[in-house]
Amino acid sequence: MEAAATRNKKLTAKPAKLGRDVQARLGQQLRAMYDEVVNQGVPDRFNDLINRLDSSGKKDPQ
Amino acid sequence: MSMDESVRKAVLGAVPSLRAFAISLCGNVDRADDLVQETLLRALANIDSFQPGTNMSAWLFTILRNHFRSEYRKRRREVEDSDGHHAESLKSQPDQYGHVEFREFREALAQLPSDQREALILVGASGFSYEEAAGICGCAVGTIKSRVNRARTRLAELLHVNSAEDFGPDETTRAVLASGGE
Repeated sequence: MEAAATRNKKLTAKPAKLGRDVQARLGQQLRAMYDEVVNQGVPDRFNDLINRLDSSGKKDPQ
Repeated sequence: MSMDESVRKAVLGAVPSLRAFAISLCGNVDRADDLVQETLLRALANIDSFQPGTNMSAWLFTILRNHFRSEYRKRRREVEDSDGHHAESLKSQPDQYGHVEFREFREALAQLPSDQREALILVGASGFSYEEAAGICGCAVGTIKSRVNRARTRLAELLHVNSAEDFGPDETTRAVLASGGE
């Protein structure tokens, strides 16, 4: 029953399989949005954090 | 524990992508940065459980994702409609990602169920294989594949695109046109 309902939905709704061109454009936008953050690099707070953890580790007698 | 230079490099190298992933999960830069910071603290406190030679980035993503999930579950008790809440928090902070040109896309992304959103980001933007994404999310490879497919289909519906032409002018052109009056 449920499978039949899903099939019917698929027939009436938009094609389930996206064209390659659409997939490519969606992928492009997704990466562009993501890369906008990636391209900001490493904010100072994280460099500071790692430096702090690293130096506190070095003081450790172990 | 003194930090091995290769560990230090790998951890710092993963930060930009961890931030992008965290922002996509919680929709807020400040919270995302806190999430990344907590992830780094946890990771370095448990660095012994990292297996050298395996993917440091995937390991960090797993920690971040699990940490977010447990926080998310806690918050969920307070905020019932978590996905709706996420979408709302994005709308109220239109500049969180920086440029206004991705607003439409971001809003559509925010409307996806969180399982689908994270799968799509991991595979489509972070560059993990389906296998790696499955490892990060703790589910089967087939599950990731179907989540990614459903996410793409839903995104296309939300953005009303059936073909590449439906995207209209490319984003740069659209941004130029949009800012023309200002």
